[in-house]
Amino acid sequence: MENTGFETINLGHGSGGELTRNLLDKVIFNTFSNPFLDQKHDGAIVEVHSKIAISTDSFVITPIFFKGGNIGELAVNGTVNDVAMCGAIPKYLSLAFIIEEGLKMEEFEKIVASVKKAADESGVLIITGDTKVVERGKGDKIFINTTGFGQVHPKANISVHNIKTGDKILVNGFIAQHGMAIMSEREGLEFESDLVSDTTNLNFLVKDLLDAFGEKIKLFRDPTRGGLGTVLHEIANDISKGVFLKEIAIPLEKQVAAACEMLGLDPMYVANEGVFLVIVDPSIETEVLALMRNHEKGINAALIGEITQEHPNKVVMESLIGGKRIVSPLVGEQLPRIC
Amino acid sequence: MKHLSEYRDFEATKKYLDEIHKITTREWNIMEICGGQTHSLVKNGILELLPEKVRMIHGPGCPVCVTPLNLIDKAIELLEKGVIVCSFGDMIRVPGSKKSLLEAKAVGGDLRILYSPLEAVSIAKQNPNKEVVFFAVGFETTAPANALSVLHAEKEGLNNYTILASHVLVPPAMEAILDDKLCTIDAFLAAGHVCAIMGMQEYYPLVEKYKIPMVVTGFEPLDLVQGIYMAVKQLEDGIYKLENQYSRVVKEHGNPAAIAVIKKVFEVGAREWRGIGEIPNSGYVIKEAYRKYDAEAKFNISHIKVPENPNCIAGEILRGIKKPNQCDQFGKACKPANPLGAPMVSSEGACAAYYHFSTHLTT
Repeated sequence: MENTGFETINLGHGSGGELTRNLLDKVIFNTFSNPFLDQKHDGAIVEVHSKIAISTDSFVITPIFFKGGNIGELAVNGTVNDVAMCGAIPKYLSLAFIIEEGLKMEEFEKIVASVKKAADESGVLIITGDTKVVERGKGDKIFINTTGFGQVHPKANISVHNIKTGDKILVNGFIAQHGMAIMSEREGLEFESDLVSDTTNLNFLVKDLLDAFGEKIKLFRDPTRGGLGTVLHEIANDISKGVFLKEIAIPLEKQVAAACEMLGLDPMYVANEGVFLVIVDPSIETEVLALMRNHEKGINAALIGEITQEHPNKVVMESLIGGKRIVSPLVGEQLPRIC
Repeated sequence: MKHLSEYRDFEATKKYLDEIHKITTREWNIMEICGGQTHSLVKNGILELLPEKVRMIHGPGCPVCVTPLNLIDKAIELLEKGVIVCSFGDMIRVPGSKKSLLEAKAVGGDLRILYSPLEAVSIAKQNPNKEVVFFAVGFETTAPANALSVLHAEKEGLNNYTILASHVLVPPAMEAILDDKLCTIDAFLAAGHVCAIMGMQEYYPLVEKYKIPMVVTGFEPLDLVQGIYMAVKQLEDGIYKLENQYSRVVKEHGNPAAIAVIKKVFEVGAREWRGIGEIPNSGYVIKEAYRKYDAEAKFNISHIKVPENPNCIAGEILRGIKKPNQCDQFGKACKPANPLGAPMVSSEGACAAYYHFSTHLTT
């Protein structure tokens, strides 16, 4: 990245004029240079020879820098993972910034560098984008929107409608890490911890699973906002079947469990960034688990439950002591308790 | 975390559950006082593991639920006056007569969600030109920290910090429940964390007066099944006494330092309980010497009085007369996203516990 000569982003950087050009040339084009972006058209022209999966997401996180990452890599990994969850191989990303004037150039550059690193790691190219600047107070430092395009894996047939009674539910690793890492740095809630966000790309593990098991994989889903509980509830509703979970099987790291206890939060509803659920035919559960545990993104994978005919539309979890509870969807944001 | 895994142990919990099944010969109604206990009972599926004859009645120990409606309206009025209102998270979704604190925030109110009232004192220090009010609700458990915030503000010489206090006390509420003609309660699980502050002394006279077994109980599954076992054992043996299941936390005389702080700032006085009405000597009011830290005295909001929603039976729920799923509105007109009353929205409310963790099993 070249020096822009500015310490902070100002309204002029979004004017479309010389300052915008300066910022794009020195920070954006420089960093992401590739044949598609270098055409510098209003949009990118690419060839596709298969079904494509498209997903878009906006990132508005506070704080923008947190332990384990920043909004930049989140914006890449989040969309890459959403495309991967469709059973696709992510190829291209669009990248749009809405910046609040006054953001430090240094911070912007750091975010752009993280976008680049995350894109490289997941094997996607940034092929088009946009940069807008809004007045101070009209945004929250920086918002990022990314749209991802991926080629659907030839062996993939991902749909909730393929799910049958008896199918098994697996998760690739520890839940609730991202949400608790962010919570530990929120104003007014700061507490000392080593919690780091789990933001990462999941597309390579997804590809390996599809290569090996094809359409015996029924569904991928990443439980980001709303957490595992909310996503499983959505699935149960979509297929009019039940979901049965065992609390003891759900991978929960000790420090995350402790932080959840302290703040009175239920890890089942805490956001994740590097976690996904996979629902598979029962004939392959052991092999799927073995493959996941052999992959760096699935070392702590676990079989957590199954699809049932009983209690349709509901998620029921067997508690550690053998009782049963409903896991209902999250209503609003989880809030700190009184005592 | 060792403590948690130990007290959520399958085998240990099962041992007590088996014992409860073995010794129960008659029908018993046991009230757990604290909303945290209610949630743990429901969330861990303990209710269905108990013998049918042992019925748990859910008590009034949800601070959010018993906070009168008009206090929420008062906090909203303060927000609308431009005051920075600080609150624990539980309170902010509870509906006032027209809107909740969260809705008042959405239209521009400066509402801060905090974990500790001492943070509110820091906010007051950082904003010398603004008034800062802490919404100080809760039982004896939160009173020491709220009182301490007043002492800190005094020490800092702050003139822009006050508390909107609605502190209530457990023993008078237990008496009010026991004096009710409709009361069917045979034994109590007393609230572990309230007793951690206040100790056990105030409960002996209640046990004697009402000849009722009482077990100070914790919140983990093993705590609860052990507490229930101790209560059932007393009932089956035909005796009544005060026992302490939660001795790893609760001491006979409580926490003297915390009690001293409470006594410095607060005195016992009449308090209104949502759904129950005014109970004499049932809460803490700010002492005359600290009146300048009382938001009700400082701002002209004492006149705000609003009627409860007539369709909400929170009073009967809080007194254990009805269970949440016996309410006509439950899960229909009243849901967490659109609650008629506080027990449906508070994290410790019995209605919310039933809605989130258990009711769908039976509907």
